Parts: sequence; structure tokens; C-alpha cells
Amino acid sequence: MRLRKRRATTDRFADAPLDGALLDVDEIKTGFKTERGLVRAVDGVSFSLERGKTVGIVGHSGCGKSVLSRSIMGLLPSNVVRGGSVKFEGVEIGQATSNVMRSYWGTQMSMVFQDPMTSLNPVMKVGKQITESLRYHLDVSKEYADETALALLKSVGIPEAERRLHEYPHQLSGGMRQRVMIAIALACGPKMLFADEPTTALDVTVQAQILDLLQQLQRERFMAMVLVTHDLGVVAGRTDDIAVMYAGRIVEKAPTRSLFAHTRHPYTEALLKSIPKLAQPSHTRLEAITGRPPDLTQPPKGCKFAPRCPYAQARCLEEEPPLIDHDIPGHAFRCWFPVGTDAGRAALEKNVAAGETVTGLPVKAEAGALTTGLIA
Amino acid sequence: MLESAEFQADSVHAGAEVAVEAPPAFKKKGIGVVSWIAIGWLGLITSLAILAPYLPIKDPQFADFARPSAGFFTPGHLLGTDDAGSDVLSRAIWGARSSLAIAIGAVLVGVVVGGFLGLYAGFRGKKTDTVLSSLFNILLAFPQLVLALTLVSVLAPAAASGGSESAGHDFYSKRLFTVIIAVGIVSIPILARITRANTLAWSQREFVMAARAQGAKDRRVMFRDVLPNVLPAILSIALLGVAIVIVLEGALAIFGLSIPLPYASWGNMINSQISQLDAAPQVWLVPSILIVFTVLSLNYLGDVVRSHFDVRESAI
Repeated sequence: MRLRKRRATTDRFADAPLDGALLDVDEIKTGFKTERGLVRAVDGVSFSLERGKTVGIVGHSGCGKSVLSRSIMGLLPSNVVRGGSVKFEGVEIGQATSNVMRSYWGTQMSMVFQDPMTSLNPVMKVGKQITESLRYHLDVSKEYADETALALLKSVGIPEAERRLHEYPHQLSGGMRQRVMIAIALACGPKMLFADEPTTALDVTVQAQILDLLQQLQRERFMAMVLVTHDLGVVAGRTDDIAVMYAGRIVEKAPTRSLFAHTRHPYTEALLKSIPKLAQPSHTRLEAITGRPPDLTQPPKGCKFAPRCPYAQARCLEEEPPLIDHDIPGHAFRCWFPVGTDAGRAALEKNVAAGETVTGLPVKAEAGALTTGLIA
Repeated sequence: MLESAEFQADSVHAGAEVAVEAPPAFKKKGIGVVSWIAIGWLGLITSLAILAPYLPIKDPQFADFARPSAGFFTPGHLLGTDDAGSDVLSRAIWGARSSLAIAIGAVLVGVVVGGFLGLYAGFRGKKTDTVLSSLFNILLAFPQLVLALTLVSVLAPAAASGGSESAGHDFYSKRLFTVIIAVGIVSIPILARITRANTLAWSQREFVMAARAQGAKDRRVMFRDVLPNVLPAILSIALLGVAIVIVLEGALAIFGLSIPLPYASWGNMINSQISQLDAAPQVWLVPSILIVFTVLSLNYLGDVVRSHFDVRESAI
């Protein structure tokens, strides 16, 4: 490996402390200026991530999960309003400019994008796309970069890697392209990987392969990973923690096992219920969440989910619950009447008896019965 | 290995009885016969223009006073002579030299300057884009011919139309250069707009964001990721641009602002005969036909380039 005396973009990170959280996000806020006002895409999100850990960020489209990951990486256009603090290895990068962030991108943090069809340059050979950032960041010789690219392609499970190096993206299938994207993202050995819906554009059989691959590489490299998805099934069993987002906020944050075993937030419960189950007879109507997400230019005063929540009470419209741990340590959620607690049961019972919630959302008895087991 | 050998033997055997259709060979998409004719024509014209000084043709400025305005197939003058007695074939070939030099030179100026400005405007966006785009629009607001005429008259060294002969070859080169720059300036906003529009579209693509997320600098993203994708569009418009400039040169000649006589260009050959079209048709007919075929070829190839490079993902 030949090193030239140019710049070494990684020098600045050589003596970074190894203890403490790799990433510390505190009350991050990201808004887009539009004619209708400020769209609060991310509205006060906090979490931290240690080396070698994985966090899943789950929510429906438009809840701010992609904006959150791009906001942390500083990849958003300059017309956004950013607030809060992002600390990477203890260094504040929340308001860093692109010029500063460039020393992080690729070598410290990297991203796998949603659509492998559009995230590769169509007129550049696959091998070239991998070696480019290697040669630029790590200042290695062409031969070394080529060897590394080959090893990378093999490590992401691409057969006939030698041949693929000299092919263009259009000659590869979608799954192959996503593997190449992963190889590119990992080329410079980042400490943190953002996977922004990495399997949404792929078919189901390939999805599992790509997710397994990401998980395997994340373990091998002891990387921190943020897995952004709208599919709770994707993160189940693959992440250490899960944060469920709604309307730009985290509504429930817990270790993966606890989140599924002791679901507390009605939105998480609704998400789980909307996954079709194998045990259900065919033609079972899929549970949907009634209503639509709130207007992010004027978010409601109380709980953001209240208008669509079968548990909603008068208090939910007035006060927004804080994101704090309740009965289970490490399991935080924002709800006054959490699922699976006495308060929640009472609230649902009251709404079922009235036939509708305080916001006028009709509540059917069966809907509650499925989850709470009250009315058998 | 064994299996494939067996399979081959099998298929050979089957071929003996039933005609087994050969698997369709994976052929690259051709560009068609017409394209090759167009390329051939352009190649012919270009090589004639380049080789003009070495070809066994008459001096284009030599006046054969014995045979002025001779028709086609006059002995010694295959395509006749003009009213001064100069050989039309020779003038047409030397004219191609001037016309093509102007067309290609001007478009090159447009591609390099306009292409860069358009790329920069489209990639940077915001104020840079606003300022540059307004500049292009202002330039586009002038009628092309008027702008070209004005620029040539402003830039051209004073030319006494009568005494141009004494000015010599130096004057010819200066005028050629002036016309190239003037028409080049006219073509800048057109190419810049096309490049900008394409750059805008390509800059929104996810791979540009992906390159940035890998830590690539703006300049690198612009030239390595965006430019190669925009090039086919630029090339296609550039080919059409050459065709347009060939015609524009003819228009400039009518106002006496292209290559001056006695030097030949296709435009001034037509112009020299414009007041008496029926007197010696060969003089204007030959360059006109040359212009028509050249422009047709360029337009056709421009379209071929556009559609050929337009496949990408959609064709998979």
C-alpha cells in the first residue's frame, strides 16, 4: 500500500475516544421552509447509538425517518432549518457545513440508499465506482484499490466478482446492485452505516438476503447501524433497539424484544396489527389505521396520534405525553393511556362503550378485543 | 462439464432430425443503413475540405476569362464556372473548408463555454443558476441572425468590400476567426440551456446524493457523475448546432458579413449569384445541394445519437 503525502482525511479521527456512545442525537429538529410554512419533518428526536449496535427506525412514509437519517449525516439541501445537537465521537456536528462533513462522509459514516436502480451512476463501471472513494479518501495505489474492490464485491456475495467489476450497473439485477451499493458504502470502513429503506425496492426473497448480509457485515466490522424502514417485520430480530416514529417524533423507543413483547404505544400496536398474519383465514380484511397523519406545518397541540387513536381521551388532545421510561426500564413511550396497562384498558373500554373516541373516531368492539382481550 | 458436453451432443443429435433454431446471438443494437450513409457523406465532405490544398483541383480564385459562367460538364470545369470564370467544383470544395470550419469552430465554442456554464448553473442552483439563466435568456431574446450580424460587424476588422483582394490571406483568417467567435457567442445560450436542463435532472438523481454521501467533492461530482450523463444530450444538440450554423453562415453571407470574396464559402457562393439565379444555376445549385445533404445528415445523426443513448434503464 503506497501512501502519498497529500491529505489524510482520516487523521483527525485517529485519537477519537473509544468509550461512550458513537452517536449522540439530542433534540434534533429539521424543518423545510415552504410557502405554507415550516414543515417540521423531524421535531425533537433524541437517541444514542454505541459502536457495534443497531437501531431500527420505523414509521410510515412521511413520518420523518429518512429526513432524520439524512439530517444526522448532514446530507440535506441548504434550505432546511436544523436544530438540536448531533455528536459523533463526542464532537458536535449538528450544524457542520458540507465542507466539514466531507471528512465524515464515506470514512466515518456512510449510507445505503433505498433504490439501487437510481443510486449507482449509470455510465461508470461498478469497479470504478467502488475504487473512486477508496483512492480519494485513503490515498491508496490503483492496484491496491482494485484488489480491495474485488474483495469487497466478494464479501457482499457477488458471484464472478472479477467480471462484475468491469460491468455497468444496468448489467446487474436489483439485488446485485444493492449489494454493490453496500460494497461502495463500506469501502472506506465507516464506523456507522445508515441503511435508508435498503430493501424497499427489492422483491421479498432478495430482501431477506440483503438484510442478512447487512447484519452479517455489521457484526464482522463492529459497525453501528441505523436501519430505517416502514416495515416492522424487517427490524424484528435484526436490531438491538427500535424507535417508532410518528409525525416527526419518536413515540416509542425500546429494546427490540421488549417492544414486541410489551407494546405500549397505540401507534406501534396499530402498525403491528396492520401486518397480515399467516394464521388468519384468507380474505381477512387487513387492519388499517383510520385517518391521515397530521399536517406537519401545524401539528396538533396534544398527542400527535390522538386523532387516529382508539384510546384517545380528552387529556390526549390537551397535553403531549413526554417520552419517558415507565414500568419497564429502557422502554420509553409517549402515551397517557398505554396499551397493556390498566389506564389503557379503561380508556379503550370507555371509548368502546361510547362507540367513538373524544375526537369522534368510531371504535368497534372487535378492534379492541383483538389487542386487549377484554371482550372475548 | 460432462453435463454440458452431453447436452451439446444431444442438441447436435436433435439438430439432425429437427432444425434446431440457434439461440439468438446477443447482438449490439445497430444504428442502421441511413446513419452510415449520413456518416459517409459527412466523412466525404470533411475529408475533401481538409485535403483541399492537396487535391488535383483548380485554384478556386483563378479566373478563367475564356469561359465565364460555363455550364455543367464544360471541358476542364466539371461543374462549370461562375461569372468570373472560377471553377465551381474547386470553389465548392474550398467553400466546404470555410463553412465547416465556421460551423464546427462556432459549435465548439458554444459546447465548451455554454456547456460549462450550463453545467455550473444547473449543478450549483440557487443564485448562481438565477444569474446565469437570466443571462442566457437575455442572449436568447435577441433574434439569432441579428445578434450574429451585430457581433460580426462589431468584432470584424474594417473590411472595404471592394479592396478585400489586397488584404490577402491574413484578412481571410481574421474574418474566419471573427465569424467563429460571433456565431459561437450566439450558440452559447442555446447549449447552456440544454446542458443546464439536463444537469438539473441528473443532479436530482440518487447516485449524485450517494456520491456526496461517500464524501466526493462538488467538482468531482459535477465532472465525474453528472457530466458523463449529460454528454449525449450535448453531443446531440451540438450536431444539430453544426447544421444550424452552416445555414446561418449562408444568411451572414447574404449580408456580406461572412467570408469575403474572392475566398469561397458555401454562403458567399450562393450570395454571389443571388441577383441572377437563372443566369448560371450551377453556381448556387452546387453549394445549396451540398448544404441540404450536409444539414440532413447532421440532423439525422443528432436524432440517432439522442435515441441511441436514451436507452439506459428504460430498455432493460
